[in-house]
Order: sequence, then structure tokens, then C-alpha cells
Amino acid sequence: MPMVEVAGKSFEVDEEGYLTNLNDWNQDIAEYLAKEEKVEMTENHWDVVNFLREYYDEYQIAPAVRVLTKAVAKKLGPEKGNNKYLYELFPYGPAKQACKIAGLPKPTGCI
Amino acid sequence: MSDMMDDMEEGGEGVVKKFMFVNRKAPHGTIYALEGLEVALISAAFDQDVSMVFVDDGVYELIKGVNTKGIEVKDFSKTYRALEGYDIEKLYVEKASMDARGLTQDDLIVDVIALDSAEMANLMAEQDVVISY
Repeated sequence: MPMVEVAGKSFEVDEEGYLTNLNDWNQDIAEYLAKEEKVEMTENHWDVVNFLREYYDEYQIAPAVRVLTKAVAKKLGPEKGNNKYLYELFPYGPAKQACKIAGLPKPTGCI
Repeated sequence: MSDMMDDMEEGGEGVVKKFMFVNRKAPHGTIYALEGLEVALISAAFDQDVSMVFVDDGVYELIKGVNTKGIEVKDFSKTYRALEGYDIEKLYVEKASMDARGLTQDDLIVDVIALDSAEMANLMAEQDVVISY
């Protein structure tokens, strides 16, 4: 498995760049993964990333896009819980990209 | 053929079939329970009409308060609580399987409907696809 070095510590990632160990995650790593994805993190990005970590903690899976959208609408309001908003933040797919930055595995049912 | 046509009309953009996943095995020790759960989640992403049934040792998949630390595998029991968000709301257990293991609905992590074996047989007969693990 490849290793990356962030803030003087090294971490294992899989061949697609997803963090191998969920518990390794911290803000520095999120920033690093975001840079790899060419995403500039704003407060709105953090809201989604933090939401995903809470979702994972509660259900032990990364949600499919449709489920993420619905759940974000419920938690952060309908103006954020829609495809347009989420794809603007994460152009290559909110579930895939935001999950990666959140240090989660690739979503189940990601097609 | 006429069934197929009905399905097409009902689904609008695609065929919606009634899928039932029958879970018969204890959660750990084999990969069946976890794989079965993932297949159900994926089928829901394709907007299918999914129901899940838990019989025999499969009822243990839904048990509360699981701790898998000792066997060093992931505890995916919480994931059954995510099913609702995937619009999988039809969860059934077989009464006799629950009784034989001294379990009641209070022991389970999600709300389920308990059916006796005759009711279960009828429900299975209504399905387009039944997949058993």
C-alpha cells in the first residue's frame, strides 16, 4: 500500500488514494486529500465532510449520493441538500470526493 | 410478458421488480450477512422494491449491543439502521426463529414485522426475485 506524508507523519492510502485507516484522519490529512482532489476547502465543504463522518460513525457506511443528498437536506436544509449545490462543492461526485476527503471508504453502491 | 409491461408502466423510467433478500446466517463467521446487506443497499440505489427477511440464525444479524472487538471484524449491525434512508423499510423476521432463540423485538436494532411461516410463504410467493443467503 502507498504511503503519504502529511505534517511529518506518514499514512497509508489505497491505490485510489483513499485513507486506509479511518482513525488516522485529522484536519491536516483532509486538507491534503482535498488538495489531491483539487478542491479548495471552505466552510461549506467542511459542513459536508463533517456530516459524512457523523453519518459513518452512526451507520458504519458511506452513503450513496441519493441518500447523502436526502440526509444533507434534512440536516443542513434543502438549499444545501440538492445535487447542484453538492456537485458545485465536489465536482467529481459528492459521495466519492467528499468521502475521500473525510477519510471514509468508497461509498457502497457507488456506480 | 404482460407482467413485464405492467412493471414498465409502473416504474416510469425502468423496470421495478420486487426483490426479497432472505438472510439465514449469523452475522459473523461467514461473509454472507455483510455481502447480503451490501447487495440490498446497491439494489435500492437502482430504485427497486426491496424487502429483507431474517430467518433462522439470520435474526442474529439484527441484534442490539454487538461488540466485535474480540473477533477483530467490523461491526456492521448499525448499518441496518441506515436501510430506512435507502428506502428499504420492509424488514421481516420469522416468529419461530425469534422464539427459538429467546429473542423479542426489543432485542433488535431496527423495527421489524414478525410473520409466522405461512405469512412468510405468502410474502415470498408475491416476489419477482428471491435471493437467499
